[in-house]
Amino acid sequence: MARVVIDPITRIEGHLKIEVEVANGKVTNAWSSSTLFRGIEMMLQGRDPRDAYLFTQRACGVCTYIHGLASIRSVDAAVGVKVPDNARIIRNLLHGAQYLHDHMVHFYHLHALDWVDIVSALKADAKKAADLDASVSPTSPKSGVNDFKAVQARLKKFVESGQLGPFANGYWGHPAYKLPPEVNLIAVSHYLDALRQQARTARMHAIFGGKNPHLQSLVVGGVTCATDLNPSRIAEFKYLWKETMDFVNNVYIPDVLAVAGFYKDWGKIGGNSNFLVYGDFPQTEKEPDSFLFPRGAIFNKKFTAVEPVDLGQIAEHIKHSWYEGDAKGLNPANGETKPSFDKYDTAGRYSWMKSPRYKNEPMEVGPLARVLVAYGKGQPQTRKMVDAVLKKLAIPPEALFSTLGRVAARAIETKIIGESMEAWMNQLVENIKKGDLNICGDWQMPAEGMGAGLNDVPRGALGHWINIKDGKIGNYQMVVPSTWNLGPRDSADKPGPVENALIGTPVADPKRPVEILRTVHSFDPCIACGVHVIDPKTNEVYKFKVV
Amino acid sequence: MNQGKSLEKRLERKGISRRDFMKYCTILTATMGLPSSFVAKVANAIAAAPRPPVVWLALAECTGCAESLLRTMYPWIDELVLDIISLDYHETIMAPSGAAAEKSLHDTVTKNAGKFILIVDGAVPTAQDGAWGTVGGKTMLQSIKEIAPKALATICVGTCSSYGGLPAAAPNPSGAKSVGEVTGIKTVNIPGCPPNPINLVGTVVNYLLFGKLPDLDEKGRPLFAYGKTIHDQCPRRSHFENGEFVTNFNSEEARKGYCLYQVGCKGPETYNNCPTVKWNDGTSWPVQAGHPCIGCSEPNFWDKFTPFYKSS
Repeated sequence: MARVVIDPITRIEGHLKIEVEVANGKVTNAWSSSTLFRGIEMMLQGRDPRDAYLFTQRACGVCTYIHGLASIRSVDAAVGVKVPDNARIIRNLLHGAQYLHDHMVHFYHLHALDWVDIVSALKADAKKAADLDASVSPTSPKSGVNDFKAVQARLKKFVESGQLGPFANGYWGHPAYKLPPEVNLIAVSHYLDALRQQARTARMHAIFGGKNPHLQSLVVGGVTCATDLNPSRIAEFKYLWKETMDFVNNVYIPDVLAVAGFYKDWGKIGGNSNFLVYGDFPQTEKEPDSFLFPRGAIFNKKFTAVEPVDLGQIAEHIKHSWYEGDAKGLNPANGETKPSFDKYDTAGRYSWMKSPRYKNEPMEVGPLARVLVAYGKGQPQTRKMVDAVLKKLAIPPEALFSTLGRVAARAIETKIIGESMEAWMNQLVENIKKGDLNICGDWQMPAEGMGAGLNDVPRGALGHWINIKDGKIGNYQMVVPSTWNLGPRDSADKPGPVENALIGTPVADPKRPVEILRTVHSFDPCIACGVHVIDPKTNEVYKFKVV
Repeated sequence: MNQGKSLEKRLERKGISRRDFMKYCTILTATMGLPSSFVAKVANAIAAAPRPPVVWLALAECTGCAESLLRTMYPWIDELVLDIISLDYHETIMAPSGAAAEKSLHDTVTKNAGKFILIVDGAVPTAQDGAWGTVGGKTMLQSIKEIAPKALATICVGTCSSYGGLPAAAPNPSGAKSVGEVTGIKTVNIPGCPPNPINLVGTVVNYLLFGKLPDLDEKGRPLFAYGKTIHDQCPRRSHFENGEFVTNFNSEEARKGYCLYQVGCKGPETYNNCPTVKWNDGTSWPVQAGHPCIGCSEPNFWDKFTPFYKSS
């Protein structure tokens, strides 16, 4: 039995270390450790609640915007402001754009190199690659034989320069890579195309958000982009949306299906049993009933029996985290949880993340959770897409509970959210036509107030809670998707979702553990988001009014 | 000149016309404040071979600065990484993890000692001797102290590595400090939360062009980007002069694009080029989106400029 440490895990946001125990070529045990602490909640104490979104947005620059949105929603709730329809729509459009951007970048730039062997692409027959690309995606742009020849020539020149930059010391030639050279060439070509597409897609954020990363047009009660509510700006947004959707439909989705076809065995690896979704994308002011992605919890893979979510059942544990306090977690005692590093010890404390649990169980959050809950609740677009993907890949529904299922779910929801955005743009135009230019509601800062902002963001269920005292931030808390997915063991020593999912993963060569990266990356870890200090009055927090 | 021609050929093969290539050289040249006669020189400088080795270290950060670099369009990020520089270590995009990633770092720092450009995002946590931030089992404090002195130059990207930034906001739980403070090295600072990628790329190109880093102000910022205040370049400036102010974000004044000073705009105290280069291919910038500037490229702005919506 050998211990393997992977530190740093690259192609993620933030600083993550994974340690596994390997026996007979398979992972038998795993530990997930986040290795950086900043303490944003501590900085927020005593500050102006209106400023919280600008601070918390800096939790993460990859999932930019979403902590800003979660924060603004929590303050909206605390001050009791009615957010105008236009602001709801613009916030949804910005959120939708974030999904499109984030999932595309994740697949091509953070995840693909676990499945795609760049060096093998040099051996591809460009003509065969072009024929293959035309067969999997008849409307794919830049898919002629000359396009693939050009990519190959560029790659060759790069490799021959001897300066391999970020691709040096990759796991090229590893037996776990299964794609034929032509598929590798198509994927490398689209890796490069996606690098440019993501920059153009991010322009959608700049239109109503001023800039990307770290948008700057939200305010408590609405948005500020008054001068951008005009036909030319909306048309510009629509053009970029269309360009992005063309890429999603003609490149991203066909690529996921093509690559998945060679890795069907990963439909049996890397799964979890329990899932939690807060839901998001309010279609009217009625929340959570009008959410595009509904709220719900699934236990023991029973996605046909989605349970309602009881927020009082969420608890956080710190037995294995670097904080002072009761090892049993859930401590309602007075005083603050204080960060306190002693040493990295997988038998003791080993992470800056805490372990959130729902009904005492670890819960996976994110694309797979959302797709399973939406499917279980009969959401029509999800039903249609999931059934089509299962049929295309000729895999049973159980294969969704896996690393492969996670990758597929991310692509599925990208398409569903993207397609929904068109109606939102049209609603915005209709409102403006009627003369409705309202973008921000009126409100007064209360002396006291509490509010929660519950969201479902690209990486999963995200909650921000604020407690206002004397018009200032009395307490602020964030429980974040990557904390759910990548947190350490809990008080009962039950592993977190990533730790659990890694068990059983094959490892052909412990020195080149590309298979482990596949499952870890399938969660799209965002570690800066995940590390938070939280007041141990955990029970009290969830009594907050929920929007 | 031959190198320039070969780059053009390479670009042509990728469907990049000479016109596109010259367009990004022109935009870069203008951002760097160079006369237009330099456009051709910029074009040649970014075609140099071998490509200069670059190491990017991510410390106490949010990856927003790395994401911002990915949005570069003049040149595009694939051109920057494949054709212009050799990005030998960057955790967000590099293929290998763990020991193999560590090897990439070790190899380039050893082989290119005194020759590589070090780019750093994120502040340095110093609490408990730096134990609150580690990579590969080493504290960030230890790594930056070891690696920065070996670099040809250290460029701090973002307000965190430049001045401490967000992690250093009161009460600075992790004892976060700037790279300059912990290493004693005079760093080139490209502040902003995040900075506009054109300012980082302009700095690198300046180096390729002149063999030296650009002229800096007393806070280590390149003058070509940070030489004037937001206020002095602001298209809403005339409203300030005329006393036409936004006081409510849902008002006629907001729709008319009046001055945001009374809702807290920090433009008068903030040095940056947002109003002229704008963001994301010139699409917008915060004031155009109706939001006050928060002064994100100034040292200590999280404490000095808050509450943000209060007029100073």
